[in-house]
Amino acid sequence: MIHVIAFYLFAVMTVASGAITILSRNPVHSVLWLILAFFNAAGLMVLVGAEFIAMLLVIVYVGAVAVLFLFVVMMLDIDFAELRAGFVRYFPLGALVALVLLAEIVLGIGAYRAGSLELGTPDGTAAVAEDVSNTTAIGALLYSRYLFLFEAAGIILLVAMIGAIVLTHRQRGEALVQNISKQNARRPDEATVNVKPEVGKGVTL
Amino acid sequence: MIGVEHYVVVSSILFVLGVLGIFLNRKNVIIVLMAIELILLAVNINLVAFSAFLGDLTGQIFAMFVLTVAAGEAAVGLAILVIYFRGRGTIAVDDVNRMKG
Repeated sequence: MIHVIAFYLFAVMTVASGAITILSRNPVHSVLWLILAFFNAAGLMVLVGAEFIAMLLVIVYVGAVAVLFLFVVMMLDIDFAELRAGFVRYFPLGALVALVLLAEIVLGIGAYRAGSLELGTPDGTAAVAEDVSNTTAIGALLYSRYLFLFEAAGIILLVAMIGAIVLTHRQRGEALVQNISKQNARRPDEATVNVKPEVGKGVTL
Repeated sequence: MIGVEHYVVVSSILFVLGVLGIFLNRKNVIIVLMAIELILLAVNINLVAFSAFLGDLTGQIFAMFVLTVAAGEAAVGLAILVIYFRGRGTIAVDDVNRMKG
């Protein structure tokens, strides 16, 4: 019973905060509602026993992606009222496309429930073990069978990181920067002079 | 009792909301990116639900990869947005077609 109540609570909250995310006037509010949607989706995943993905969702989405969005929204000085100008004009077409898509998905679910879709059955190589936790099972699978995919994911993250840094990095003119090749090319005889000034006279540089 | 259909319904509603968000906020790229995140979240819910109800962990592994791609996409998308704003002073995507070649 408590399971059913929790499911409906999380499901309604996820859908509602997703709707407010796309309808909100202020993008900062949109980001905050998006965070709420992620939290409730994580709750939905905990309910089916996928704790690891749920915690990953909280860490990655709420901790990194949502903060990145907040940072960008607050950093850019944008007139958001002007950007919403076409909202009403785009609504009929958007609603039409969304309804058609929803109808297609409902038809797909109907076909699945009627039993006319053959989804295939799991072959048991990635079966959920009874005695180990979800995290242990995922780790065992990830570091053996999906090792190369895991490393490819790491490369994707590295490329994304380098790309983001290269795109947003800008050289400021007034900043003092170190020129290492110039430093290495310097020789003592051209950098220093040996002078013997007479007493009472200064040194000209 | 809660079955896999309940989860599929939630995730399909979330997916459709994401698509609707792309159409409604066509000028505001930040909200378009957030709508894409909603779509990826819907896909993740779907993968995890089927993984749990079919008793096969592969879906959860792939949900992790979707999460990776979503994080990378958000980082690069927002970086492009920042340099676009630096050059134009606006983020209205209607003007992007001026960048010919």
